Amino acid sequence: MSRLEFYSTSGSQAVVETLYRDLEHRIVASPPGLCPVDLAAAFLKLCHAQTCGKCVPCRVGLRQLQLLIDDVLNGDATLETLDFIETTAQVIADSADCAIGYEAAEMVLKGIRGFRDDYESHVTTGRCTCNLDQPVPCVAQCPAGVDIPGYVALVAAGRYADAVRLIRKDNPFPGACGRVCEHPCESRCRRNMIEGAVNIRGLKRYAVDHAGVVPPPPCAPATGKTVAIVGGGPSGLSAAYYLSLMGHKVTVYESRHQLGGMLRYGIPSYRLPREELQKDIDAILATGVEVHLDTQVGRDIDLGELSRRFDAVYISIGAHTDKKVGIEGEGSRGVVSAVEMLRAIGDGTMPDFTGKNVVVIGGGNVAMDCCRSAVRLGAKTVSVAYRRRQQDMTALAEEVEGALAEGVEMLTLMAPVRIEADEEENAVALWVQPQRTGAIDRAGRPRPEPANEPERRIPADIVIVAIGQNIELKALEDAGVPIHRGTIAALPSGGVENKRGIFAGGDCVTGPATAIKAIAAGKVAAANIDEYLGFEHEITVDVQIPMAYLGERPSCGRSELPMEKAYERKQGFECIECGFTPEVARQEAGRCLRCDHFGFGVFKGGRAKTW
Amino acid sequence: MVKTVTCTIDGVSVTVPQNTSILEAARGVGIRIPTLCYLKDLNEIAACRVCLVEIEGIHKLVASCNNHVWDGMVVHTNSPRVREARRTNVELILSQHNCDCPYCVRSGNCELQRLANDLGLSHLDYHKELPASRWDVKFPLIRDASKCIKCMRCIQVCDKVQSLNVWDVCNTGSRTTVDVSGGRTIRESDCSLCGQCITHCPVGALRARDDTQRAFAALNDPETITVVQIAPAVRAAWGESLGLPREKATVERLVAALRRMGFDYIFDTDFSADLTIMEEGSEFLERLQNRDRHPWPMFTSCCPGWVRFLKSQYPDMVENLSTAKSPMQMFGAVAKSYFAELLQVDPKKLFCLSVMPCVAKKAECDIPVMNDAGAGPDVDLSLTTREIDRMIRAEHIDVTALGEEPFDSPLGTASGAGVIFGATGGVMEAALRTAYHLVTGENPSPDAFRDVRGLEGWKEATFEIAGTPIRVAVASGLGNARRLVDAIRAGKVQYDFVEIMACPGGCAGGGGQPIHEAQELAGVRGDVLYGLDRVNHLRFSHENPSIQRLYGDYLMRPLSHRAHQLLHTDHTAWEMPLSPKLRK
Repeated sequence: MSRLEFYSTSGSQAVVETLYRDLEHRIVASPPGLCPVDLAAAFLKLCHAQTCGKCVPCRVGLRQLQLLIDDVLNGDATLETLDFIETTAQVIADSADCAIGYEAAEMVLKGIRGFRDDYESHVTTGRCTCNLDQPVPCVAQCPAGVDIPGYVALVAAGRYADAVRLIRKDNPFPGACGRVCEHPCESRCRRNMIEGAVNIRGLKRYAVDHAGVVPPPPCAPATGKTVAIVGGGPSGLSAAYYLSLMGHKVTVYESRHQLGGMLRYGIPSYRLPREELQKDIDAILATGVEVHLDTQVGRDIDLGELSRRFDAVYISIGAHTDKKVGIEGEGSRGVVSAVEMLRAIGDGTMPDFTGKNVVVIGGGNVAMDCCRSAVRLGAKTVSVAYRRRQQDMTALAEEVEGALAEGVEMLTLMAPVRIEADEEENAVALWVQPQRTGAIDRAGRPRPEPANEPERRIPADIVIVAIGQNIELKALEDAGVPIHRGTIAALPSGGVENKRGIFAGGDCVTGPATAIKAIAAGKVAAANIDEYLGFEHEITVDVQIPMAYLGERPSCGRSELPMEKAYERKQGFECIECGFTPEVARQEAGRCLRCDHFGFGVFKGGRAKTW
Repeated sequence: MVKTVTCTIDGVSVTVPQNTSILEAARGVGIRIPTLCYLKDLNEIAACRVCLVEIEGIHKLVASCNNHVWDGMVVHTNSPRVREARRTNVELILSQHNCDCPYCVRSGNCELQRLANDLGLSHLDYHKELPASRWDVKFPLIRDASKCIKCMRCIQVCDKVQSLNVWDVCNTGSRTTVDVSGGRTIRESDCSLCGQCITHCPVGALRARDDTQRAFAALNDPETITVVQIAPAVRAAWGESLGLPREKATVERLVAALRRMGFDYIFDTDFSADLTIMEEGSEFLERLQNRDRHPWPMFTSCCPGWVRFLKSQYPDMVENLSTAKSPMQMFGAVAKSYFAELLQVDPKKLFCLSVMPCVAKKAECDIPVMNDAGAGPDVDLSLTTREIDRMIRAEHIDVTALGEEPFDSPLGTASGAGVIFGATGGVMEAALRTAYHLVTGENPSPDAFRDVRGLEGWKEATFEIAGTPIRVAVASGLGNARRLVDAIRAGKVQYDFVEIMACPGGCAGGGGQPIHEAQELAGVRGDVLYGLDRVNHLRFSHENPSIQRLYGDYLMRPLSHRAHQLLHTDHTAWEMPLSPKLRK
């Protein structure tokens, strides 16, 4: 016998390792609307399988908790059982020797306290409070409820114009969304159970790229009703599109020189080429929408007057004012807000950063847009100062990676302290306080705590503040629109309380969010405005969805959209992302598991043909 | 030109239109792939995995109910893999199914039982796991969770046909089941009690409350005088589950069976249908003369499922309902007043039963205000067609050996107008026949209003009576009713008189009728009723001599004070839970 042996994984252990990976995938692909108590019971069983068996609370206690939760699920429990579960779990949390025991008990406690109403519902009514309204995961996750399996199948069938028509039933920005949507649809894609989500956004882009010009459907007969839209961004234009299709006369008032809102004035053209955005806008305007540019409500026209002149008004002004970081030296020359900079770029006014040291403050997508634009504007160095870790950034991972590839430096765990300026008030450096990671906050990110280290100086001629946006509410507040915590207080229907005929949606209601959320708000508002005006128009599209393929769906990894080479792409504002080749698009579309046909989707909620 | 495709199923070449399911393609050439959850056009969700087939070149077994054939497809419906999968899946279903078959109402008429028998299952290798059932068994509609096989048909028929969404899936994993939607109990729900979920349930998970023992108790009590009425649509269906051919299953033979059972008086709801026409027709003319005083259109009120629906979905339109009671309730009120006087007995000695094609009637006779004769409930008990068949079987009555016997007198005489109450459009047609007479003093041709016949869900017609155009509409099935009422509310349509029956095809397709797997018999049964109308020498309610005598001796005239007291009701005098959409 040897004195020591080199450890190697046994055969069965290797299989268990792959099962761990499968389970992780499965959790990622967890469908919406599951019973939390059933899941808590399942998690607990897994936790218990990790128990070594040495200590009483974990060996026996976790088993007893399972039996008690099973009693709840089987309808054999009383409300006292719930208290018993809680006290038992608390004892295990207090007395287990290692994390396997006490963390398992903490999970049970989190559940019985966090969704006690569901536990109680099982006890008192024998059923769960959860509800599965939309079982197709991608459609459930899309705020606008776009028929994703439908258009993916159409792409697979080579019917690109039909795919665009189908998308437009729920979202009139297929071009823009094909480029910049944050694709929440992919987050719970069932294909995650196998190897990874279908690249849905890539397929949407492919459909748009190959569909040619797809005219909008004809409008319903004119109703004689008029609707004013305040703000020509994604939300306002979506509402305008559907209301126009319903036969209402729509007029859009846009304060800036061009339409598009944040799609134009927030997203640089290397991500969303202007001609792509314009194609979407052209199709929307082709329905007969009237537009007044350079017209700001509160300055050029009064909200009261609009509500008198129009039968309904939709406010979708977005969130376009900058948030201040609130540090010394913020007023120095060379300190600009992200909103200001991206707005200028949107109208084609390019600042010259040649030879400059640029520091961006923030960790969101806007910060990435700013730093990557700065690279393209000729900056000598570009860095991002962020007070947390890179993985805690709210920006999409691919945006951060893109910025890194283009030479941006991520200065993480650095909290801005002050901006140093020279005698002429020109910024020369950003001072930051190094941080260390602390306890996990509610959102699951570790909180930054000041580290016991001296402040550091980052040379900076230009400091771009990208820590969020606010909403310009003064004019609306004066007109009596209710405001709550810096946003318009609108109902889930889009209606504004006590203001008949006035609706609001998009960033100005939710605070800065995604394009697809703004589009969804426009769609919701259109439906409810139509109803308010006394109509029940239905938006639908006559596109036959191809039959689901019944054959094998062999394992096949997810394909990513290729990028232009970092060195070349950072030279200008040309589009950096390439579309799929036909071969890859076909392969990727073929990966869709057709949850609209297989599983619960064929029974309930799988396809909303009209709204 | 419909594109066709050709495939091969079990070696047989089949050519069918494109988009035909494998299942239907197979049926077309006589290959019956077994199914359990499947219901054509209504429930094609591939849930039970019994209709699986093997397709050459496709690795996984494929559900034949919701996948289409393609050119060149080669299908095997009984390959070894298919056999094993089908058998295993049925065993799995049985592991969660309460197999106390001998005392299940669907024993002998159960799709699961038949399938298990067909497959030759003789034992079960799996653990048996039955969910506990929580249900208010006093409610007319009863659900037994331990028998539910989660086929989802009840959800589909309630959602898609009746538009009420009473049922929903609840819980997850193996505890997944069906329950009343929105966390409500059935009593708190806006269930119309149409019973369509019962007649579409493949097993005994959904049934109507069984009241046969109360009926037997009344028959057993020597002090009680039992008075039974038979609804129009019952005569078109009662023989189906007793093995009687349709031409032998006459109402006269049913009368003989009930007499054999010991009922003291056997009467015809057709009689009180004629009475309903007199009252409702007169009310309609009264409303026409005082147009401004009433909301329009006037709705019929004879279908309790529809009344429950209107009260729960459109409570602001209850005034549109005719105040006339349903024929069943009119009958009860007349029996416990006029008929008790004729018998010279205390009406409290009378026990009024009805045989109805309907589940909602069980709730209607229990409405607290339906007691206008002053002797307890006007109708004490309402039985479904299925219950009366069960009673006949329990009494060991061989209906094939029975002769035909007439109804008792005087409440057993009825016109053809009364009998067509059992089919969609029948109430409207009968009402118009008499309204025409009331206005003009002349009879129209009895078939003058036949345009409102037929199974179409929403029919409309305009008839002229003495120069006045009367715009009428008829709908059956509550989904159609909803479309129609919504159109009225939106101002898209204008009518004067609207007939609604909750069940598709009317009472002929009622939720209390015999159950047949995957067959909708409302049309066939309705034809029986129209045939009876055609051969009846009385075609007009107002010509029914018993009706004329009832008015002459007792009620005076339609809408008289006494008629109002006995034959009309206040639909707002009782509560019905509102639709959850209205509660929001």
